[in-house]
Amino acid sequence: MLSPVNVSMESLNLVTLAPMLIPVVGALFILVIDMFKSSLDKSLYVMLSLLILGIDFAALIESAEIFNQSGTAMGVFDVMLIDGLAIISQFVIVAASILFIPLALSSKRFHEFSYPEFFALFLFMIAGFQFMVATDNLILIFVGLETASLALYTLIAMHNRDKSFEAAVKYFTMGALAAGFYSFGSMVFYALTGSIEINQIATVLAANNYADIGFVLVGVVFMIASFGFKLSMVPFHTWTPDVYEGSSAALAGYMSIVPKIAAFVVAMRIFEFLIHSGIVWLEVILYIGVVVTMTMANIWALVQGDVKRMLAYSSISHAGFVMAAILIGTTQSNSALFLYWILFSFTNLGSFSMLWISRQKNLPIGQSSDHSYEKFAGLAKSSPLAASIMALFMLSLAGIPPFALFWGKMYMIGSAVTGGYTVLALIMALNSAIAGYYYLKLIVYMFMKDPVIVYEGDVSITNATYSLKTIIGFATVGTIFAFLAVNPLLEFVTAFVYNSGY
Amino acid sequence: MVDHILSILVFFPALAAVLGFVVHKDSMRAYGVAVAAIEFILSLWLWHSFDPNVSGMQFIEQIALIPSFGINYIVGVDGISLFIIILAAFFTMIGIASLTDTKDVKNMIITLLFLQMTMVGVFVALDAIVFYVFWELSLVPMLYIIGAWGGPLRIYASVKFFLYTFAGSLVMLVGMLFMAYFYYQATGQWSFAILDWYRLILPESFQLWLFVAFFFGFAIKVPMFPFHTWLPYAHGQAPTIGSVILAAILLKMGTYAFIRFSLPLFPDASVYFMYPIAVLAIIMIIYTAMVAYAQKDVKQVVAYSSVSHMGVIILGTFALNVEGISGSIFLMIAHGVVSGALFLLVGVIYDRRHTKMMDQFGGLASVMPRYATIFGIMMMASVGMPLTINFVGEFLSLLGFYQQSHILTLLAGIAIIVGAIYMLSAYKKMFFGNVTKEENKNLPDVNKRELIALVPLVIITIWLGIYPKPILEPINNSVESVVQLMHEKSITEEAKKRIPNLVQNLAINKTSAREAH
Repeated sequence: MLSPVNVSMESLNLVTLAPMLIPVVGALFILVIDMFKSSLDKSLYVMLSLLILGIDFAALIESAEIFNQSGTAMGVFDVMLIDGLAIISQFVIVAASILFIPLALSSKRFHEFSYPEFFALFLFMIAGFQFMVATDNLILIFVGLETASLALYTLIAMHNRDKSFEAAVKYFTMGALAAGFYSFGSMVFYALTGSIEINQIATVLAANNYADIGFVLVGVVFMIASFGFKLSMVPFHTWTPDVYEGSSAALAGYMSIVPKIAAFVVAMRIFEFLIHSGIVWLEVILYIGVVVTMTMANIWALVQGDVKRMLAYSSISHAGFVMAAILIGTTQSNSALFLYWILFSFTNLGSFSMLWISRQKNLPIGQSSDHSYEKFAGLAKSSPLAASIMALFMLSLAGIPPFALFWGKMYMIGSAVTGGYTVLALIMALNSAIAGYYYLKLIVYMFMKDPVIVYEGDVSITNATYSLKTIIGFATVGTIFAFLAVNPLLEFVTAFVYNSGY
Repeated sequence: MVDHILSILVFFPALAAVLGFVVHKDSMRAYGVAVAAIEFILSLWLWHSFDPNVSGMQFIEQIALIPSFGINYIVGVDGISLFIIILAAFFTMIGIASLTDTKDVKNMIITLLFLQMTMVGVFVALDAIVFYVFWELSLVPMLYIIGAWGGPLRIYASVKFFLYTFAGSLVMLVGMLFMAYFYYQATGQWSFAILDWYRLILPESFQLWLFVAFFFGFAIKVPMFPFHTWLPYAHGQAPTIGSVILAAILLKMGTYAFIRFSLPLFPDASVYFMYPIAVLAIIMIIYTAMVAYAQKDVKQVVAYSSVSHMGVIILGTFALNVEGISGSIFLMIAHGVVSGALFLLVGVIYDRRHTKMMDQFGGLASVMPRYATIFGIMMMASVGMPLTINFVGEFLSLLGFYQQSHILTLLAGIAIIVGAIYMLSAYKKMFFGNVTKEENKNLPDVNKRELIALVPLVIITIWLGIYPKPILEPINNSVESVVQLMHEKSITEEAKKRIPNLVQNLAINKTSAREAH
């Protein structure tokens, strides 16, 4: 007779699950409310989601305190891994979500926000991302990734336009391909080492001195392809501009931040030990990937006629820029990654929100797309404040000091210099100069050209409400006064990254 | 309060600009003049409290900004930067005072006040990153001034100006990060403070690379041949006020940065690159002088002549001795006064005729005698006539470089004579002869507002040309300490030879004085 499985609750350390379970429970709660009384207003769901995310954030602060006291925690049969990387990235994920969800309170009515499922799916997605970053286990990463991605595909499709369906299907197909690559890569590593835990894989590979280098490379190539899709590295980026164009501007802004930070953390976990093992091939592949992603995305962004597509390419380029941190692989560069992404999320969410508040229901004659450059021509005359804020975000994205992103850029290039990647540092700097052009283009349209299309009323705030303006206000203040926040952020991030051993 | 005067000088215009959004647009000009006048008085107070006998930095303030990466807000002033700050305050003031009827005058004045913050910030910053912040930030108001109030090609000109300078500065940023990294390797501490960097002695090979990185940022700003192509567009399209500030102050950032960064940080590299840069400077002087001669547009003549004189400043800077560097700093101020005044004068005639083509004028001397007189004085100053402000600077710069190379100095001297040719011929075309065009017959002479701006400039031009001592002395003191630092820091034999050792000279002077007794 089998002896009963005896696991003490203590050893499960269930508290490690708390931050992920909060949004899951919250999402179910929203569905339950809908069962009892349907067709409630979206504001209810927005506020509920905000509260749930607030509790989630509090739980994260709690686990950050635990990490400070007793270091990395494992839990639930050692599947969960709560280290510094997990905590910082969850902070970014939850904070960006808190900034994102009030954007649903637009003054125009959009299809997707009338469904409570939108908010439930949104919370499920956050839980998925949180699982993804808080584990060392390739299978749980996969589960988290797929939970989040499937929810995200649906969120895009709910925008209910032809382009949104196209975007969702495109994203789904590409995502499925990426998932396939991921599972192949994991399979190779499992076959080589007999383990699905990244640190175990690293130990076993190091112990036999990378004897099967050929197979390791096969696995690495699959992994790079998979994360290439998720991070939209060139040449796996083709879905990005179309998907961003098809989804609402708010969601596009969200997609440029949160899924990527989750993917960065996983990439950091997987590639970190491989880079340090001195496999030259991997370094070369990553180097080429980083440089090509930065440069090509910048060049494509130059020729876009739509601001949202331009921002899509620009966020590809930023992702390439940040990917350099994983290539460099020092504590400084990994901290720079988080610093950069925190500052970037403020600025980028702000600029996408500016597009979102200017979103019309129907396109007037003469305007070729939702956010074409012509729409912004002469904006400085009709609404100087909106134009100035938009210009501020553009300058920050271009890396003009002292605005937020400059500090991230500076620290990132600094880490390249310190890590001995001189040429890479120069390429990064010159790419910032190329990028300057297309950010400037929007400023030129807003401040130096005359209006092309005559609108009734103020087009720049046609979709605005107080809550949207508040979010933009937060982003603006964060962008301008970033220089005050950089030092505490840097110390916090560096301590957490260093104590997790990266 | 005098302890914080530099921060006040930097942030007072910015604060005033923010408050300026509230001011009604009809009262905006008075507000702008008042703010700029207060700023100018504050800068004069700074001069008053400045101790000219101290060669090092004064009024230093330090606030931690990002201490974990060694970035601090450090400001300070010495004889090298003091007068450029005063010049910046002065030109902003007369620039706003002489503003003619512009559209959106409120936006223009707010932009100018923000620009003033960045300009003063660049010259007081003693931390490389703070310096970089102001340096880059100064591009934004200028971009807006050129792009919103400029001529028909304004967008092309402003974007070119922005991107060109931006690209150069990013290379410089990489250089700064390397410098900080070397400092970290040497001392185990991150620091971007320039005064800390001064103490660091680098091997020559490192110096060469870093010098090149910084050179890109500075040379584009100056602008040195062959990076000068953005400037004629910027000047050609910018409104008068934009050209005045650009020529008088913004270009000086580049030459100032050479003296603040390149020379003391990389003395051996400075010696190594002395001849190539001197050759570039001379090409710049001669080539732009020839181009200026071919121009039909009087503003382009002034623009190219301004580039040409920047070449003399570079030449003086890379003389690497006290005479040359002092002369180049003095020439920076002189060039600011003279070319600023010339652009203002071109603006005067443009307001009346809405053209800048010289063949549209002719015989203006009889129609506008006061205008012709002031233009004449300024033009004479520009060609470097003795007893004008430019002469002092040019003479010292060339004297300094004569000690390094006779031939090159001779070439530069000839080029300055060529400068006289194009300026005189431009003056001839505009002012002498008969009044050929009907429209020119009844042009009003300079009015009161324009005189308020121009007369002080004429007075400064002549006063400092005759008696440059009050400015030259503090400059000289600070330059001596820079040159001494360079001599002590240099490693190679060549550099030790080229950069004079002032302490030794002083000792010799003292012994000879004793022997004479």
